[in-house]
Amino acid sequence: MSEQFVHDPEYKVEVRNLTKNFGELKVLNDISFNIKKGEFICVVGPTGCGKTTFLNLLTRIIQPSAGDLYIDGEPADPTKHNLAFVFQEPSAIPWKTVEENLRFGLEIKKLPEDEIKSRVENIIRLLGLEEFRNSYPHQLSMSTAQRVIIGRGFAMSPDLLLMDEPYSQMDIKLRFYLEDEVIRLWKELGSTVVFITHNIEEATYLAERILILSNKPTTIKEEVHVDLPHPRDVTSPDFIKIRKYVTDQIKWW
Amino acid sequence: MDGKKVKLSLEHISQSYVLNNRAFDAVQDINFDVYDSEFLVLLGPGYCGKTVLLNIISGLEEPVDGTVRLDGEVVKGSDPRIGMVFQKTSLLPWKTVMENVEVGPKMAGVAKEERRKTAQKYIDLVGLQGFEKSYPTQLSGGMKQRVGIARAYTNSPEILLMDEPFGALDAQTRYSMEEEIQKIWQSEKRTIIFVTNNIEEAVYLGDRIVLLTNRPAHVKAIYDIDLPRPRDTVSPEFLRIRKEISDNTDLAL
Repeated sequence: MSEQFVHDPEYKVEVRNLTKNFGELKVLNDISFNIKKGEFICVVGPTGCGKTTFLNLLTRIIQPSAGDLYIDGEPADPTKHNLAFVFQEPSAIPWKTVEENLRFGLEIKKLPEDEIKSRVENIIRLLGLEEFRNSYPHQLSMSTAQRVIIGRGFAMSPDLLLMDEPYSQMDIKLRFYLEDEVIRLWKELGSTVVFITHNIEEATYLAERILILSNKPTTIKEEVHVDLPHPRDVTSPDFIKIRKYVTDQIKWW
Repeated sequence: MDGKKVKLSLEHISQSYVLNNRAFDAVQDINFDVYDSEFLVLLGPGYCGKTVLLNIISGLEEPVDGTVRLDGEVVKGSDPRIGMVFQKTSLLPWKTVMENVEVGPKMAGVAKEERRKTAQKYIDLVGLQGFEKSYPTQLSGGMKQRVGIARAYTNSPEILLMDEPFGALDAQTRYSMEEEIQKIWQSEKRTIIFVTNNIEEAVYLGDRIVLLTNRPAHVKAIYDIDLPRPRDTVSPEFLRIRKEISDNTDLAL
């Protein structure tokens, strides 16, 4: 596989032949896909399919055995590109207030104070976090803590925002509320988002495009375009058709 | 009452704690009956006091007011007729699947041959045959929950309390376990009180759903779910009921 990588300017993120082996164990097998600037993609796959490895490769926490990830045509580099990440468990810095947590990444990137202020204020406004501005993470509910983290991700104006099942422990009512919120942030700020989930209804609710992963060694089994307007009606026949179809692709039980 | 026999009654149950020198009401004047062999779901938003209620039914805590009656008699303290499946499986890590499942009758002094026979029956019922000699660390999350369920059944309780047993599982394993638990319940009819904050899970499993409010919890509504089993989570009627309950649930941000 020595084919030369050619950047296609239509795409923000290009993943080419991404492969990862741990010794004999083949986890990811030759994954290629593209993401347009400002696109919202959901990734679904069966349990234990190598999702975490996939994410760790996209964030550069680990290096691929072969293949690569390109942003604007250059190999992704966390020191140059903005790769923001939202974990499953809220990961606010416990000794910093909500406002300080939102500022944190921007300060590390040494942005001018004016810019930091305006971005943080914008996020606080968009998320309605005014009353929690000076609260510490332990004073927040799990869902509010997670909203702060998502706000922190968006505040970075990331080249790529990765979310690893941020709402998996939350109930349907709360989830729909938070999902509407994440769509609002995404539309307002135009970030490019890869959202990983086990929940097919959630993927169908959020995504413009769903990538379905296979069992190990993981490849992209299929792409499904979800061409429904937001906010989506989860009881509409079109919605249910897509949800059922994707479920059938990964169902093992 | 359509000939249904009342198995368990909660009468005016209230519970309060003292926190930082202030009274803190967890549940307030809860009244409902549980019928014999019924699958009853207790549904409520996060931190609303669901677990407090279970702890009271199981005799782990005493309420400040009200009584619990089993077959018409007041329940005081823990009762062998009431069994529990926990959210965290709380298996004994140094014991095999078989040794974990038989621990109840063993403590009660039941002879080895007899208790092994009962344990084996329930290990088979939850689909773990072949794993009797495995240790908990060798099992997946879903399998550990199956051990917890088999252990609870082996004590032959008349009422089984389940405290969000699938809360820590991923969405897909959760679906398969929901399918499993309703099969087990249909083949071994017991009275089950199942706590969850997941509306979809509640509608999938419950004969009736007791919906609780935000803290201090009181009963907001009781729903009879008349759908045939196994239920289809994307059928129009299912989604309609789910939405009706969701609209009536308090949002706990």
